[in-house]
Amino acid sequence: MAKTSGVPFQGTKEQEVALREKLAELKKVQGGLMPALQEAQAIYGYLPKEVQIIVAEELGVSLEEVYGVVSFYAQFSIVPKGKYKIGVCLGTACYVKGSGDLLAEVEKQLGIKAGGITPDGKWSIEATRCIGCCGLAPVMTINEDVYGRIGPKEVAGILAKYN
Amino acid sequence: MKKSIQDINAIREQMQSQIVMRNGGDSNIVSKYKRQILICGGTGCHSNKSSKILEEFNALIKANGLENDVLTVMTGCFGLCAAGPVVIVYPEGAFYSRITVEDVKEIFDEHIVGGKVVEKFLHEEDNGKEKVIALSDTNFYKKQTRVALRNCGVINPENIDEYIAFDGYQALIKVLTSMEKQEVVDTILASGLRGRGGAGFPTGRKWQFTKDAPGEIKYVACNADEGDPGAFMDRSVLEGDPHALIEAMAIAAYAIGSNQGFVYVRAEYPIAVRRLQIAIDQAKEYGLLGKDILGTGFDFDLEIRLGAGAFVCGEETALMTSIEGHRGEPRPRPPFPAIKGLFGKPTLLNNVETYANVCQIILKGPEWFTSMGTEKSRGTKVFALGGKINNTGLVEIPMGTPLRTVIEDIGGGIPNGKKFKAAQTGGPSGGCIPASLIDTPIDYDSLIAIGSMMGSGGLIVMDEDNCMVDIAKFFLEFTVDESCGKCTACRIGTRRLLELLTKVTDGTATLETLDEMEKLCYYIKDNSLCGLGQTAPNPVLSTLRYFKDEYIAHVVDKKCPAGVCKNLLNFTIDKDKCIGCGMCARQCPANAIVKTDYIAEGHKLPSYTIDQSKCVKCGACVATCKFKAISKG
Repeated sequence: MAKTSGVPFQGTKEQEVALREKLAELKKVQGGLMPALQEAQAIYGYLPKEVQIIVAEELGVSLEEVYGVVSFYAQFSIVPKGKYKIGVCLGTACYVKGSGDLLAEVEKQLGIKAGGITPDGKWSIEATRCIGCCGLAPVMTINEDVYGRIGPKEVAGILAKYN
Repeated sequence: MKKSIQDINAIREQMQSQIVMRNGGDSNIVSKYKRQILICGGTGCHSNKSSKILEEFNALIKANGLENDVLTVMTGCFGLCAAGPVVIVYPEGAFYSRITVEDVKEIFDEHIVGGKVVEKFLHEEDNGKEKVIALSDTNFYKKQTRVALRNCGVINPENIDEYIAFDGYQALIKVLTSMEKQEVVDTILASGLRGRGGAGFPTGRKWQFTKDAPGEIKYVACNADEGDPGAFMDRSVLEGDPHALIEAMAIAAYAIGSNQGFVYVRAEYPIAVRRLQIAIDQAKEYGLLGKDILGTGFDFDLEIRLGAGAFVCGEETALMTSIEGHRGEPRPRPPFPAIKGLFGKPTLLNNVETYANVCQIILKGPEWFTSMGTEKSRGTKVFALGGKINNTGLVEIPMGTPLRTVIEDIGGGIPNGKKFKAAQTGGPSGGCIPASLIDTPIDYDSLIAIGSMMGSGGLIVMDEDNCMVDIAKFFLEFTVDESCGKCTACRIGTRRLLELLTKVTDGTATLETLDEMEKLCYYIKDNSLCGLGQTAPNPVLSTLRYFKDEYIAHVVDKKCPAGVCKNLLNFTIDKDKCIGCGMCARQCPANAIVKTDYIAEGHKLPSYTIDQSKCVKCGACVATCKFKAISKG
């Protein structure tokens, strides 16, 4: 596989039982692979090879097919996400209002690039597609929290709230 | 419990006393409540903590024992996102903007209890600086006509009874009890409704093709994979009026002879997905979805399928491939979905906003619909207005409205007294409309004629500070990222085009580069299978067409007129304006600012200068200087 995080897989038995249960239902659904992967990612937070193998087994499709779908869609992730997931919106409305500078500042503060995760697993950054609150542009999200109408200057203060 | 037609009509009657305050309707109906507080629960306002505002109002109502007198309603998007979070109090219709949780107590005490509108929280118009009381009195609203958005910001989207109160499911009842299938298709044909997803294909013809296609099993599907950056029309309909989509899809299913529907929604829209699921569950409970709907013998079920972040899945064949559980790659047409779509069966696929018009057309008739808009573009269109504009938000206008009306009247102009430079429609597939064409009427054909397109409804406004080459590059980066990789021309061509554009913004391009770019654009258009590749070069072509001078400035003069492209920027200190305070030198991260021995007349300290070889062009010095002595260009 192209990208691995280097973080060892730490799935639990409970997670596996929960996933296999869901998959047993989804096996009957026409076109169930996408919902299956969405469920799997909801349970594990990401889709490492170990999880893809379970999905392939239960749905009776090849691992290649599963990986083909996982690698096609941006929301499926083979690497784990940080405890705090930062998203900086690079939709047009945010971009014309300077979200590019905002992203650069977040990257600078955390020392990682968009798509990356800090070595301690605390932070991950993503340059997101339009999240639809263009009225608040430019917008940054940290997990469920939304910060709108901000500039690079506010970044340090916002990040400090999560320490 | 499953309802009969009589039950639905009874709910509609009963609910009138709950909604009369909001629809300003029949004066014979006595309102059940003394006051109603509407709070916007669209994604924009929700992100601005509008649910906390709702909780705060509810707590105060409870503490004061006013539950029977005051009703709070969490609605979908009101449209004026720039003013969010928005609260409206009836019967006055007082429109309070940018409300915080801390403001709630005062509104409650003075208005809800005291009966006096709190003037200081009323919305202030950006251009007039006047306070207005009602949302409908704002310039933002006056020139709008709301059809697809009629219930957004009016009803509680999580309460099916409120939808029924506003004539919800009446169109479905009409269709199931009094219309032949062909009559339904004929009505849509006669309305002239065209697809609102961007391409503008006549909706009625699509319905006719799918109806006529041979086959026992057929599907109806809805494209809610709203991927254009800066576009949120479909999301607002899903969040604000989800039953309108369900009802329209049921009508479409009846017309073409289908019993199963799918809504393909972007997973990035959690609130929309949740509300649509709630609405589907409620419709099932009332027997408006499922077996033997309203006792008419018609079966129809609806399922949500989530996307997973692939822009190309907005293309119809890719969308269907994705629902089937595969990599969302487009396939050649024909066969068209109407003949061979989902799981190989005839499939009717329409966009959310297209469906949102259907129930009204059925109820009010095609003549009502054709009375709005232009001859070839009937009805209204919803736009998500964003970028450098005062009234960011969602607007619905009759087709044919000039762009000027949208920018200047509805949008309230450009902030900070800047000059309007261009509007961009159609997202990564569309093009720019320059200031010289601001009087262009907004309809399908006029926009195509000037090299842009209607698109799904994103309308991004740009001012003099936006570099058009940079904007073209922005969209191209998007398509490079989102090309599915199937066609070489799109996969590699867009990347090469981006490299050429980067040469322009870096200052290493020549005039030949521009010719090469143009040639490559047409090559990509001609050799890509689907709409993504065929339209990917449009932002480049349209900026080359209308803003060639900006490209030439980058290439020949090595300057970025808007001051955006960093490699072409030079920061300079005006030695006569500099008072020598040294603030900029202390802010400079690269230590590029040094003291000179020149003291300007009238100043006490020597001025500073910037060592261009060290400057990283971050702009920190410009932001720091209080004396406007530093310029970029």
